[in-house]
Amino acid sequence: MSNKLLKVNIQKELNEFDLNVDFELKNKRLGILGPSGCGKSMTLKSIAGIVDPDNGFISLTGEEETTYFDSSNKINLKPQKRNVGYLFQNYALFPNMTVEENVACGLSKEDDGKKVSEMIKRFHLEGLEKRYPRQLSGGQQQRVALARILAYSPDVILLDEPFSAMDTFLKDQLRIELLNLLRDFEGFSIMVTHNRDEAFQFCDELIVLDKGKIIAKGDTYDIFENPRKVQVARLTGCKNISEIEIIDDHHVRSLNWGVTFETAEEVSDNITHIGIRAHDFHACNREDINVFNTENSIMVEKPFEWEITLENGLWWKYDKGIYEHEFEIPKYLSVNPKNIILLED
Amino acid sequence: MMDWSPIFISMKTASLSILVTFFIGLIVAWGIVKMKNDKIKIALDSVFTLPLVLPPTVVGFFLLWIFGVRGPIGRFFIDFFAVKIAFSWYATVIAAVVMSFPLMYRSARGAFEQVDTNLLDAGRTLGMSEWKIFWKVLFANALPGIISGGILAYARGLGEFGATAMLAGNIAGQTRTLPMAVYSDVAAGNMGSAFNYVVVIVVIAFIAISIMDYIAIRQDRQWK
Repeated sequence: MSNKLLKVNIQKELNEFDLNVDFELKNKRLGILGPSGCGKSMTLKSIAGIVDPDNGFISLTGEEETTYFDSSNKINLKPQKRNVGYLFQNYALFPNMTVEENVACGLSKEDDGKKVSEMIKRFHLEGLEKRYPRQLSGGQQQRVALARILAYSPDVILLDEPFSAMDTFLKDQLRIELLNLLRDFEGFSIMVTHNRDEAFQFCDELIVLDKGKIIAKGDTYDIFENPRKVQVARLTGCKNISEIEIIDDHHVRSLNWGVTFETAEEVSDNITHIGIRAHDFHACNREDINVFNTENSIMVEKPFEWEITLENGLWWKYDKGIYEHEFEIPKYLSVNPKNIILLED
Repeated sequence: MMDWSPIFISMKTASLSILVTFFIGLIVAWGIVKMKNDKIKIALDSVFTLPLVLPPTVVGFFLLWIFGVRGPIGRFFIDFFAVKIAFSWYATVIAAVVMSFPLMYRSARGAFEQVDTNLLDAGRTLGMSEWKIFWKVLFANALPGIISGGILAYARGLGEFGATAMLAGNIAGQTRTLPMAVYSDVAAGNMGSAFNYVVVIVVIAFIAISIMDYIAIRQDRQWK
């Protein structure tokens, strides 16, 4: 694994914007996070060879380098030759084939019998071999789709919003299954998602995409801790974002909330916004720094947290037990200066 | 004594023409579905659908113009093969193919377009050859639509009258198909004989539609 490398550098003109994605992948699991219609799926499809980029270069280096696509040398390897597994959002199981036939469809005639039964076993599909996809539950369908991909022993697995069409209970169960599968998988995996929890759980590295451009790239933890850009903060789930006016090196004035904040980090000239995560507020005294008055707040009870909206629009989330139903909002709340996230537009 | 020849001629004509229509219809439909240029797509689609909309005699007029002794193709066949197409049995097949083609083409095209393109892409990423994808994925999943198109086209070929009359004429024992025979008998006042032919046509049409429904229902049940 250590010396494997996936290089992607592609440009494609789309209706609403131009896709321009450039990255190198050494880690096993990459996530592409972005709002819907940002070019995530297009990137995945380009790697699989289903869509042709206008320009660029895609290659996979394992024991030797395989060029998937190279516009300057007019190389465009067929999807059949790329050895890339693609998990479609709707799984794309063949409705006219049984589970067995679906799993076997990518295999050559000599080796199907053994491999298919191995996959059926591994994905707990025993007893369902003769069923058609429509007779299966959503979870079973996903397992068949994964079995079909892994039977083919791909070098790269591409996952296109794998949980978008599922209810919460099923989702949680399948997440663990898929997580284990990808941990054991020797090759690369790239998951496209708009869900920050999935991105956080599944990916060692993240790329954040907006309107076809990469706006952040790096280690998953780093991106969540220090999003740097407004759009990235939003996608990683930062609830409170406000435009600001810089006062001095450590003070900014929020234009949305009408409050002045002290920041731990030095405010450089290109900072235009700040973000505060909804969990980063504490009860405090009036004299503390970065203090808000909580008068006229609106409180909503969730099973495991209180969701409080302050008069000025700030969101605060406070954990609670499921049996607790009473909560008195403290009179003053504050934010630690180190929890003020400085953002660029 | 009933003349059986119109029944045989019709059967022969409809069988050969459906064979031609079926495969050409499939190929053309697939070509149109894959086509990316919308303007050419619309233009070709209009041409292929025209026989469905035009009066059959108008189609017959064009066919006669192309395949007639002075038409470009008719002339070619006479010069090189000494075969006269117009007013021969082959003319009934040509008329039936041209008139039934739009039904086959449109049904197949609709059926192909209904198939989720992700299925085709999935096949590709799984290493299936384009040939295998066409038959095992696209064709197999479009089958109900294709079969119903085929049967409609068959029935249309069997019932073809106007274009056949123009290009093949109404020569007893050669180009007199069932619909022609019904017309001739009624024109000659032989209502009894016409009635026999009518019964034959109705029975064939009824069987064709039943097969179509049966296949559609069976396929539906199998995958559910």
